[in-house]
Amino acid sequence: MERTQYKQEINMTEALMNRINELISHYPEGKQKSALLPVLHEVQDAHNDWLSIELQDKVAEILAIKPVEVYEVVSFYTMFNRRPVGKYMFEFCQTSPCCLNGVEDLMDYTCNKLGVKVGEPTQDGLFEVRGVECLGACGYAPMMQLGDFYKEHLTKDKVNQLIEDCKNNTIMLHDK
Amino acid sequence: MKVTIDGQSIEVEPGTTILQAARMIGGEVVPPAMCYYSKLKGSGGKCRCCLVEVAKGSEADPRPMPKLMASCVTGCMDGMEVNSKSSPRVQEARKSVTEFLLINHPLDCPVCDQAGECDLQNLSFEHGKSESRFIEEKRTFEPEDIGPNIQLHMNRCILCYRCVMVADQLTDDRVHGVMDRGDHSNISTCISKAVDNEFSGNMIDVCPVGALTDKTFRFKSRVWFSKPYNAHRDCPTCSGKTTVWMFGDEIQRVTGRKDEYHEVDEFICNGCRFDHKDLRDWTIEGPRAFEKDSVINQNKYNRKLQKVEIATEETILKGRETDRKKISMAQIPLTQEDIMNQKSLGNNG
Amino acid sequence: MSQKILLDKVNIPGIKTYEVYRANGGYASVEKALKSLTPDEVVEEVKTSGLRGRGGAGFPAGMKWSFIDKKSGKPRHLVCNADESEPGTFKDRYLMEYIPHLLIEGMITSSYALGANLSYIYIRGEYMWVYKILERAIAEAKAAGWLGKNILGSGYDLDLYVQIGGGAYICGEETALIESLEGKRGNPRIKPPFPAISGLWANPTVVNNVETIAAVPWIINNSGADYAKIGIGRSTGTKLISASGHIKNPGVYEIELGLSVYEFMNSDEYLGGMSSDRPLKAFVPGGSSVPVLPADLIYKTANGEDRLMTYESLSDGGFATGSMLGSGGFIVYNDTACIVRNTWNFSRFYHHESCGQCSPCREGTGWMEKVLHRIENGHGREEDIELLLSIQSKIEGNTICPLGDAAAWPVAAAIRHFRDEFEYHIRFPEKIKNRDHFVAEPFSSVKHLVAKQTV
Repeated sequence: MERTQYKQEINMTEALMNRINELISHYPEGKQKSALLPVLHEVQDAHNDWLSIELQDKVAEILAIKPVEVYEVVSFYTMFNRRPVGKYMFEFCQTSPCCLNGVEDLMDYTCNKLGVKVGEPTQDGLFEVRGVECLGACGYAPMMQLGDFYKEHLTKDKVNQLIEDCKNNTIMLHDK
Repeated sequence: MKVTIDGQSIEVEPGTTILQAARMIGGEVVPPAMCYYSKLKGSGGKCRCCLVEVAKGSEADPRPMPKLMASCVTGCMDGMEVNSKSSPRVQEARKSVTEFLLINHPLDCPVCDQAGECDLQNLSFEHGKSESRFIEEKRTFEPEDIGPNIQLHMNRCILCYRCVMVADQLTDDRVHGVMDRGDHSNISTCISKAVDNEFSGNMIDVCPVGALTDKTFRFKSRVWFSKPYNAHRDCPTCSGKTTVWMFGDEIQRVTGRKDEYHEVDEFICNGCRFDHKDLRDWTIEGPRAFEKDSVINQNKYNRKLQKVEIATEETILKGRETDRKKISMAQIPLTQEDIMNQKSLGNNG
Repeated sequence: MSQKILLDKVNIPGIKTYEVYRANGGYASVEKALKSLTPDEVVEEVKTSGLRGRGGAGFPAGMKWSFIDKKSGKPRHLVCNADESEPGTFKDRYLMEYIPHLLIEGMITSSYALGANLSYIYIRGEYMWVYKILERAIAEAKAAGWLGKNILGSGYDLDLYVQIGGGAYICGEETALIESLEGKRGNPRIKPPFPAISGLWANPTVVNNVETIAAVPWIINNSGADYAKIGIGRSTGTKLISASGHIKNPGVYEIELGLSVYEFMNSDEYLGGMSSDRPLKAFVPGGSSVPVLPADLIYKTANGEDRLMTYESLSDGGFATGSMLGSGGFIVYNDTACIVRNTWNFSRFYHHESCGQCSPCREGTGWMEKVLHRIENGHGREEDIELLLSIQSKIEGNTICPLGDAAAWPVAAAIRHFRDEFEYHIRFPEKIKNRDHFVAEPFSSVKHLVAKQTV
């Protein structure tokens, strides 16, 4: 439920609309609703990784479906954010095999270093630490997801390096 | 096709579900149903209250089905044999589902407008336990205002999806739905929008619990204090056939006409439901009958209640007297004057 | 060295690209099928191979294909289930990331067998970079004429697309996957009707796991009978195993079914033994939903026979003393691991991933997690163990989809084999305050505290 509304500037660029139309073309005539999940990913990536109600309404309009159908889907799947999030989201996998390899200590370490709790963005909006469920990298534990990519076999040193790289803006988040 | 439920056989058309067949037989073999609603397409299968045991699949394939089946979405086969109430396994499953539905339920029946006509109350009366094994904190949701006519109490919801189907199947513009997932799934508009269209009030009638109640009837009366009458009026939008709930000459509430499975005969419009509470709007057909065991038949407690004798009554009274002496409280209620005196004393001291 | 049929070419430099893949014999099965076999003959080969669904349930793939409704005349679809999310499993990702064209080749050959002209690969949202790899590979295949209209002049048309998910384990259940592919919440459907009759957009649909489809090209290039020669009994062919936990060499391995668990665990070709000198305590052979086994039931079955990596041997003894091959997510625990904590962890996972549609799973998974969390954090009560067993038995078998069973089984198995560890947590809360309580003081050294007293 959206209690606090945050403002978001909507910018449906031509490149984004072209990609959306391409995605819609993957489905038969009249089945454009099927494109909802891929379209939401594209739209979210182009809008600072979150989807305001207005942006969700925009997606509903493009796909010619009811706004509530979009809200239902956005709230069901964990990858869609309904509030502004840290630019660099460190999503640590915290399911059993990663725990066996010390992910909990690593999360504590990262939170301490950034001075935040899990699920709270840093004051400057640059970082956020999250615990998520199995990401399918159990053999390369501990690991996290950062943008579209996995960072595996993590150590404290690697986390330090990642934080530095993020601050220096040398991390690629999305593969477009 | 012949199907046998708890030893009673009946001939049914192909495509009939086990639950429908059981309802044709009637009586004790009918499984409870919290989410299935015959008038809503695609309903059923979710609450798992109506689980039955299929002891024989069909004449052609007599093997029993290994798992209990949701009778509301399982089709009958010729020669099928089903155990409903007669099966201990089924009884156990119904108890389980009842327990699951109640662990996070607020159990606030004393302040719930649905009490007395609540399917969950009936279910727990039949299959529930008197104690809870759930010692954790109950799940709660933030209240959401969905307009002037319908009160949403998400904490009481059992997620039957019926109200979503009503909005989908009776109107063109559904504005509410199921948000989030798992045990945090909730009915919401997401944007606190009023659920407002000519047939939205039917969400109240299909809701098996007190999650959706009539705001115009809110806290007015317990349902068993008002008397239901069948009534009708000329309505341009719906059939106008309703049940009006009267207290004296006052119409407190208007609902659809519900059958013994608490399903409405016909959906009614919001005009009839919310805007016509004047007796002159309606032609009263006569009192509406309810199942024998419904509390609505208790009507105004007009049966004489037996006095409850407590063996130690005298001792209890004596104890109270002693307690009263210990704590220096006035034995007779204080007059307004006494109170004023005490207050002025306190102020001066 | 055992035979490899999925990963045999994975180390060839550049195998991710179409040119290298093709130069190494890629797409031969499409050529063979479209030019010399009828769709039914392809189905027959797969039936003969005995290939079983590699997603976890192990249902024979050829039989699943033969159920597809061809009479209705509706369009048919093949959907590849690449929503790999079972904790402990990461094999499909490996296959798609390192040899994407193998899956695409399998999709074309299999779609031909089913008479599907529009097929999809549904991949989990978190595998975003793999999604891009597949999109590029599909574009390459299309440019080379393996997709589109009139493929190889055979008159057969096929469009293939990748669809990305949004983060929901439940979408690995085939009907939830179809719902998600239709742009909806991932709520599993009530069955029947089965997807083979009414699936994607109410059309006949077959949903197969990535590994299942990737095995089809080899079967067609060689023969079903050749495939059936690999393995033992009804466990034919090879299987990808994802290995993780306290072992020396975690990763993805292709094994011939029938390899002994002992060899897989200890030989240097595979896991290379434990990661440290701490002893083996437990293992989960098929992903988080299958029962955990204690050390004494890992290498030998209850009858004293060697435990093998097959569907049958891993489930030998039923749930009392056996487990399941499942999706092949092989998680190994040494004695620093706490079974209670691990069970709570899995329960949290299922609680988090329940779709919330049916009451037993929605309410029961959360309840189990809360009780386990209490026990693990030193607030357990003696009656909580029985309570857990009771809750899990009330979920099991009473839900719409198998997620309920998957949530119930690990709890039952943990209590079945490690009940004394639960009792220890309840009776000695001060000893388990620290989350790595068994690192300094493994359970074996304190076990006597909860031993049955004889007076």
